[in-house]
Amino acid sequence: MAQALVKPKIPVEKQVLMTVNGNEAVAYAVKQSLVDVVAAYPITPQTIIVEKFSEFVANGEVDTVFVPVESEHSAMSACVGAAAAGARVFTATSSQGLALMVEILYIASALRLPIVMAVANRALSAPINIHNDHSDAYLMRDAGWIQLFAENVQEAYDTTIQAFKIAEDERVLLPVAVNLDGFFLSHTLENIYMLPDESVREFLGGYRRVSKVKVDYFDEEVPLALNPARPLSFGNLDLYDYYFEHKVQQVEAMKSVPEVVREVNEEWFKLTGRRYGDGIMDGYGIEDADIILLAMGSGAGTMRSVVRKLRREGLRVGLLKLRMFRPFPFKDIADKLKNAKLVAVMEKGISPGSYGPLFLEVNTALYELKERPLLVNYIYGLGGRDLVPDMVENMVKGLFKELETGLVQPRLRYLGVRE
Amino acid sequence: MLIEITWYGRGGQGAWTSSNILAMAAALDGKFAQSFPAFGPERSGAPMLAFTRISDEPIEIHSMVYNPDVVVVLDDSLISPKVLSGIKEGGLVILNYTGGQEELFKKLGETPRGVKVYTTPATRLALEILKANITNTAMLGGLMKASEIVSWSSLEKAVRERFRGAVAEKNIDLIKRAYDSTVKVR
Repeated sequence: MAQALVKPKIPVEKQVLMTVNGNEAVAYAVKQSLVDVVAAYPITPQTIIVEKFSEFVANGEVDTVFVPVESEHSAMSACVGAAAAGARVFTATSSQGLALMVEILYIASALRLPIVMAVANRALSAPINIHNDHSDAYLMRDAGWIQLFAENVQEAYDTTIQAFKIAEDERVLLPVAVNLDGFFLSHTLENIYMLPDESVREFLGGYRRVSKVKVDYFDEEVPLALNPARPLSFGNLDLYDYYFEHKVQQVEAMKSVPEVVREVNEEWFKLTGRRYGDGIMDGYGIEDADIILLAMGSGAGTMRSVVRKLRREGLRVGLLKLRMFRPFPFKDIADKLKNAKLVAVMEKGISPGSYGPLFLEVNTALYELKERPLLVNYIYGLGGRDLVPDMVENMVKGLFKELETGLVQPRLRYLGVRE
Repeated sequence: MLIEITWYGRGGQGAWTSSNILAMAAALDGKFAQSFPAFGPERSGAPMLAFTRISDEPIEIHSMVYNPDVVVVLDDSLISPKVLSGIKEGGLVILNYTGGQEELFKKLGETPRGVKVYTTPATRLALEILKANITNTAMLGGLMKASEIVSWSSLEKAVRERFRGAVAEKNIDLIKRAYDSTVKVR
């Protein structure tokens, strides 16, 4: 979180100090974002988001239509219908709930519906576990959603509001998943600054606006939304004659995302005085680092605190926090990592029989370089296992020793697992 | 400066609530604060942990607290050498306790160098004022006696934000009475 040198439009003394947990922060962000429809089903550790939001609905504090559905599959289906009708739509889930949604996640992105979903990240069963890791986020890796990760409660609030702006940008029109670590953020109270309601409204330009299209059976352009008065159809049967072209268009839409994410990050900075690197990633001490740790989510903060300490001790180590996992910023990542001798990709998930999904992307990114840093993959924190600062410190010191000997093996490692 | 506090309690005694109140008060003082329980299924009566971090700088770390500056024990049945694990040199320990000192240090064991120990008759005061064995706010009073980590005005404001009306006032009374009744025993 950088401090503003230029006074932001809404200086911190005009913002509202709140002490809330990550879930409540997301609920307040949704409340301020003029959301038309929320359809959700409760699941730990996400439950508080929807619970809190349903209080706002019950108290008449929002105009949102709240749809208490019977499953996550239905939650996402209701979101698809509402978003196709032109509504601004939000839902939240975790773990098994996200797994049950998968079928509809692909439909939401392919229909180019700007739905925003909070994912309070939790391990997948079995064994059954309610605690944090990123297995659920990785599960939806190929579903065509933009995936952003928050490091702390403030960022969860900020990112939720930004997500609507990114999703609804006409260059994008794709759904966004805002990931916040279960318990480490969802249930942790931190003090944050919230914007006044009217500032959020202004930032988002009021309610969702739907673009207009020209179709041959109407004389005038019509809003691209379901409406019985002006019938349009979405998600038609699309066989080998057109499916391929439509799929490529969807893939191409991802190309505009980094630019929009950067713009929104800057706009937010001017408004609030807060920004998260360039919106895509945020480095600390990486310029001259021999070893760089790469991480997403709350673990990045814990690692940065260790990196600060080791920097004071004179070790050339840095931390690159990745905020946007999809679309994956291959070129930017390669630029940031190219001068390091060794990069440790730290992640809370693994593809059995392979490596962690983030590691695979970083490998691909670095392949473009003529000279590449060594790369190792640490899997940590599965099922909520705590990332102990001392553990990170010992890991980094061990890596420096390995660098000296020149033997960095094996590539896949576990941090914090009992042998 | 970063201050880390570990709360030992039993489900239902409100350890997390007092951690939250302290974090809210610190935020009102203009500090950065974090409060969270050791996550798990919530079971009434089972031992549980909560953690508070208070700092002048943004708090980046999101792990549990392993080396607390302050340890607060809400239930006297939890007093054991375990509550001292990892405590920093010169750290503060505040215990809900009314018995003799010899017995106390037998239960607590060796205290690390420079660690200061305080006792608060939290159960007795909570039963008297709240008519319930909920010792969390009383222990906030004990904590304030050991170190005024937050300002009194912010603490009272945070209690009034968390509780309403007569309940809030009773808890503020309890905090003050517990403050007055807290003694340094080592």
